[in-house]
Amino acid sequence: MKSILVQAFALFLLLCATFSQSPGQERARAFTGATVIPINGPVIQDGVLIIRRGKITAVGARASVQIPADAEVIDASGKVIMPGLVDTHSHIGGGSGGDNSAPIQPDVRILDSINVRDNSLKRARAGGITTVNVMPGSSHLLSGQTLYLKLRLGQTIDDFLIRDAEGRILGGMKMANGTNPLRAEATGPFPGTRAKSAALLREQLVKAQDYRDKISRAKGDQTKMPARDLALEALVEVLERRRAVHFHTHRHDDILTALRLAKEFGFRIILHHVTEGWKVANEIALARASASITVVDAPGGKLESVDVSFGNGMMLDRAGVLTGFNTDDYITDSRLFLRAAALSVRAGMSRERALFAMTQAGAQMLDLQDRVGTLEAGKDADFIILSGDPLSVYTHVLETFVEGVRVFDRANPNDRLYAVGGSGAGSGQMLHIDEIERSEEEAGQ
Amino acid sequence: MMSFHEHVASCVRRCLPCLFALSIFTLAAANVSAQLAVRGETVYTMAGPMIRDGVVLVRDGKIERVGPASSVQIPASYRTINARVVTPGLIDAHSVIGLAGYLNQPHDQMQLERSTSIQPELRAVDAYNGRERLIEWVRGFGVTTLHTGHGPGSLISGQTMIVKTITGEVEQALVVPAAMIAASVGDAGLATGGRAPGTYAKEIAMLRAELIKAQEYDRKQQSAKEDQRGARELRTEAFVRVLKGELPLLVTVQRAHNIISVLRLAKEFNLRVILDGAAEAYMVTDQIKAAGVPVIIHPTMTRAAGETENLSMETAATLRKAGIAIALQSGFEAYVPKTRVVLFEAALAASNGLSFDQALSSITIDAARLLGINNRVGSLEAGKDADLALYDGDPFEYTTHCTGTIINGRVVSEETH
Repeated sequence: MKSILVQAFALFLLLCATFSQSPGQERARAFTGATVIPINGPVIQDGVLIIRRGKITAVGARASVQIPADAEVIDASGKVIMPGLVDTHSHIGGGSGGDNSAPIQPDVRILDSINVRDNSLKRARAGGITTVNVMPGSSHLLSGQTLYLKLRLGQTIDDFLIRDAEGRILGGMKMANGTNPLRAEATGPFPGTRAKSAALLREQLVKAQDYRDKISRAKGDQTKMPARDLALEALVEVLERRRAVHFHTHRHDDILTALRLAKEFGFRIILHHVTEGWKVANEIALARASASITVVDAPGGKLESVDVSFGNGMMLDRAGVLTGFNTDDYITDSRLFLRAAALSVRAGMSRERALFAMTQAGAQMLDLQDRVGTLEAGKDADFIILSGDPLSVYTHVLETFVEGVRVFDRANPNDRLYAVGGSGAGSGQMLHIDEIERSEEEAGQ
Repeated sequence: MMSFHEHVASCVRRCLPCLFALSIFTLAAANVSAQLAVRGETVYTMAGPMIRDGVVLVRDGKIERVGPASSVQIPASYRTINARVVTPGLIDAHSVIGLAGYLNQPHDQMQLERSTSIQPELRAVDAYNGRERLIEWVRGFGVTTLHTGHGPGSLISGQTMIVKTITGEVEQALVVPAAMIAASVGDAGLATGGRAPGTYAKEIAMLRAELIKAQEYDRKQQSAKEDQRGARELRTEAFVRVLKGELPLLVTVQRAHNIISVLRLAKEFNLRVILDGAAEAYMVTDQIKAAGVPVIIHPTMTRAAGETENLSMETAATLRKAGIAIALQSGFEAYVPKTRVVLFEAALAASNGLSFDQALSSITIDAARLLGINNRVGSLEAGKDADLALYDGDPFEYTTHCTGTIINGRVVSEETH
């Protein structure tokens, strides 16, 4: 009896997963009357957003948008609609990358360790995050491959992946310098100084160049191909700019070291944290690197973050650096990601640039700018409905949509539990059942 | 080479000339305890309804008079400072800064001594660095009073004290040299390496043993016959002060069942207890209310993990509604950020169920009452210390700036934060 139930449940899960794979409703949905912040253009008062089959089909002022006759019309007046937030650096899902055996582990994929049932994913949706770069940690020079996720409703990691036209799973490579990868007693394979850190990374990247050249010289002849090496294979993707490097770095001199490596090996680089970026903003701009800032409430906690400034975003943006933000969850709370933009505005960043940084800038860093980051026809229907000004402390994310599916609804008590906390928020497994039911419900819409 | 401050100042000045225009002449005035008039478009006195176009007169470090501009004449000799919004200087009801420094290196982490689990004799005044940069940081957002000292992390970690956020030596900053004894019950109270206490029950057993010992010690010391008195024991003396209600026991405790254990202990020894953190307090509001115990609630943005996994951003509202005395705090942070800012914690509470006035109270007058310093600070009333925070809008909004901080009638910060 029990096994029949288990099987039935498994079948049910399978069905749900199948439904959630083909998101979106046949019938168009029109959200009307909201203040729409499309990011790629001016704010629209009394705006209309129309979605269908997981995509945005139209955005504009009420007078300029034709609402299809069969559309379901949802009154969103008094509310604010903007694109789903793009978090370029997070640790939700409790995953981990490289172990203590070596400082450089490009073969390790965070893909193989994420628990998508972890509460942190629910909290991220409650914060309006729809796209996220999940990273391994920073206590290695290279801790592994990162993973770009859409926070869809789903049961396994496969339901959350983002793939390119060839079906390749998208993600980056995590590197780090400064104090985190250093070991005071550097007797093992880990570096003891900053110069050694750079040397170890260069050594691996040179090996990857050789590996790439051998493959190139083999011209497809299997007998001349080098033995397959997972680590070097991943680094070749980095060298060929098919896999961007997400580089943890705080101090101004460490930032310049990261840029020096990027220049030498030609990889695409996104600087993360960039605490002292404001000191070398022009150098970052000249290198055409982008910057993903973690906004924290006070300086210190570690030697490299003593010169924290809320003005970092403003100064990098004005220098012409593509500037975005991240939660570094758990360092900051995914539910409060919008604070990063708001506190940057407090220090002089313009509202427009700060909201761009939360969305389209992040999308560009993850090479997803054609799919997410703005509200425009043809893009994925990833958006959030807010109770008011996105930069106000009094504003709440009311609903979060990914590809047309509502993945967070503050009016739902279970979702609300993750948005504000409370009894049971610490153990999410029970409530996951609710999510399964919702997947089915949403898919049926 | 420019110093960091010069560099920031030069960068910000380049980008924000208007915001910085005010600050140029102010540093010169910073150390002058002059007669001041602070005129605010909105003045929250926390001692009555807010005043539109209000004036706070300051004389010799104290508040001289508060009222609407129409009825309070500003004497010609007073320097006038204008602000959009004026509040009492903010009170952080529980912090560790000054003992815990921003570098987070062993030499500046003086909030916790780990050699043994019970050390109530450790005084906060003997470890406070009044030049710690985090003090200046929180002051920049309007915080003028800190309840700080030994942190959570052992069963009894030491004493706490109350200071003003003045940069300098501790004696200048002191308000209350010994405020409370800091205890931790639950995971934070456990010792490591096989030492006691290793369980929650053992924590309570050890505390009871100490308090019973202190009762006996006190009886002996009170004895009329001098030759029967024992040698002074600093540690036991501290417990005697707890037993007599001179020093409340500040107990950092998160889980509901551990909160109940603490209330049981308080009842047995008739202790003055203040709950700290109290992530699951909302589950046992009736019991806390019945015990008449106040709560210094965890920072609203505390990470939900481990013992705090069930915390709620609405706890401040829930407890307040239940009639429990509350205050908010910046708490203790082990990593990045090295401190929280109590203004931001109250702001988030204001967006999660507390009214604006309740949230502002939780970091001004309610905090002052809870700490027993409401005769000096916490509201803008004649005779109180002239501690004020100035803002260019709703203090809780992320995009509002703190435009000035005044402590004891001195302008200690007039840069824009």
